[in-house]
Amino acid sequence: MLIAKNISSYYGNIQALDNISIEVNKGEIVSIIGSNGAGKSTLLMTLCGIVPAKTGSIIFNDTEISTLPTHEIIRMGVSQSPEGRRIFPKLTVYENLLIGDPLKREKDINLEFIFEIFPRLKERINQRGGTLSGGEQQMLSIGRALVSQPSLLLLDEPSLGLAPIIVKQIFETIKRINKENDTTILLVEQNAFGALKLSDRGYVLVNGKVTISGESKQLLENPEIKKAYLEGV
Amino acid sequence: MEYFLQQLINSLTLGSIYGLIAIGYTMVYGIIGMINFAHGDVFMIGSFVSLIAMVLLGVGTGAFLPLALLIVLLAAILVTSVYGWTLERVAYRPLRGSFRLAALITALGASIFLQNFVQVSQGAKIKPIQPIIQGGFTFFENGSMVVSFSYLQIFIIIITVILLSIFSYIISKTPLGRSQRACEQDLTMSKLLGINVDRTISITFIIGASLASVAGMMFVLYYGVIDFFIGFLTGIKAFTAAVLGGIGSIPGAVIGGLLIGLIETFWSAYFTIEYKDVAVFGILVIVLIFRPYGILGKPEVEKV
Ligand SMILES: Nc1ncnc2c1ncn2[C@@H]1O[C@H](COP(=O)(O)OP(=O)(O)OP(=O)(O)O)[C@@H](O)[C@H]1O
Ligand SMILES: [Mg+2]
Repeated sequence: MLIAKNISSYYGNIQALDNISIEVNKGEIVSIIGSNGAGKSTLLMTLCGIVPAKTGSIIFNDTEISTLPTHEIIRMGVSQSPEGRRIFPKLTVYENLLIGDPLKREKDINLEFIFEIFPRLKERINQRGGTLSGGEQQMLSIGRALVSQPSLLLLDEPSLGLAPIIVKQIFETIKRINKENDTTILLVEQNAFGALKLSDRGYVLVNGKVTISGESKQLLENPEIKKAYLEGV
Repeated sequence: MEYFLQQLINSLTLGSIYGLIAIGYTMVYGIIGMINFAHGDVFMIGSFVSLIAMVLLGVGTGAFLPLALLIVLLAAILVTSVYGWTLERVAYRPLRGSFRLAALITALGASIFLQNFVQVSQGAKIKPIQPIIQGGFTFFENGSMVVSFSYLQIFIIIITVILLSIFSYIISKTPLGRSQRACEQDLTMSKLLGINVDRTISITFIIGASLASVAGMMFVLYYGVIDFFIGFLTGIKAFTAAVLGGIGSIPGAVIGGLLIGLIETFWSAYFTIEYKDVAVFGILVIVLIFRPYGILGKPEVEKV
């Protein structure tokens, strides 16, 4: 479904991604783990065309997308819930969801599945986005990314800053989205244990490079990963 | 009292014109954070297009007036929108992402260009026109005091109300309006949702130019004279209205426009007409000192 080969990207002169190759197959949950500043968010932004890929190619469903503008990539069926959630604070919860499919009219948008997995959003439908709690904003951000019914969903640290019980719920919901809604998921997480438990395969990112990759089950057993990311969890 | 009422009606009319122009300033600022200093000249273009259309159609010489005015209105909107759109494409878009001063300088350049373009193509002389909509209601007469609501004033206020209603429907209820508001808050996130941000910005310029062109038509009808320089002072006053109301806030622009109309009219009526512009800008200075973000504006939050 998604094949990124040898991509490098830069912020000015600073290299953030160094020759990265990853693959996501239809139906999978794939996780990307790595510590602060490893380049995880940059990778998602590069896949979406926000940060340009200076080298390499990104193929989504047999189309080269690394040269396309962001809105065209998104309209092909990619969606992202970015780092920091980026809810529109002045729009209501309902409007934040509607904007998830910006070309459609209100009456053509079906929010049933989203309200089913996040009933809390339905209760808060007329509240301004900026007044939601952190966990609710996270739900809204994921919900908003689902409105356009993407085939590939990119999630950037959905567990960040949430209480353990909520983290557990969010992870369960991600599994549900993958199973019930047939959505392929690329999940960026610092919570390596949770992400690897949830996903089929994983990549470890260090300083903009992929150092280890493989089946999540094996990665959980990998001594290097245990030492660097799983200790104390 | 009668005099006061009459001035209130006059100021409402003037305020409508300023409010319609001010929306263009505030929307463009809201979405790309720049002051479009050429917007006043877009308004001036709107007034010229209206005037030319009126002359071509022979408006006021027997043609069926409402229909003729509607055609003039549509012509003004259409032609002026093209100017607004082109302005953004040619002068502003190539410099997007460049340093802030660059946008300011091109905006001033675009303003000078439009003025000179009209001066060269239409001549520098002022263009008068016969009064087209005459007559009105008289509320009451009391000796020499008359309070009247001219048909022209009614026309201007009704058109303004209709336009503002359509406009607020678009902004609050349609996909386009939602995209517009999303872009104002977070351009990157808007792109990530599949919004064509460049297109949304273009449409913002087109909407702003359309509203300004209608203001231009009203100006021609109300004052009966225009020249290539009217965009400067009227534009600065409308900009003042936008700042007064809180730049970036659409209701603020309308309120600011009405307030500027009020200040200007009442100052002329009760003090000296020569100093009316000084009064307008003086009040702006005072408001900025005590409420720098305007009436409905939010305290400045650094745009990310
Ligand atoms: N807009 C930017 N301008 C310059 N450098 C940037 C920018 N964004 C990120 N970087 C740098 O690129 C590198 C990778 O950042 P990135 O945000 O992708 O890391 P991350 O893996 O998502 O980290 P975290 O887990 O903290 O979110 C970092 O060194 C960061 O400082
Ligand atoms: Mg990150």
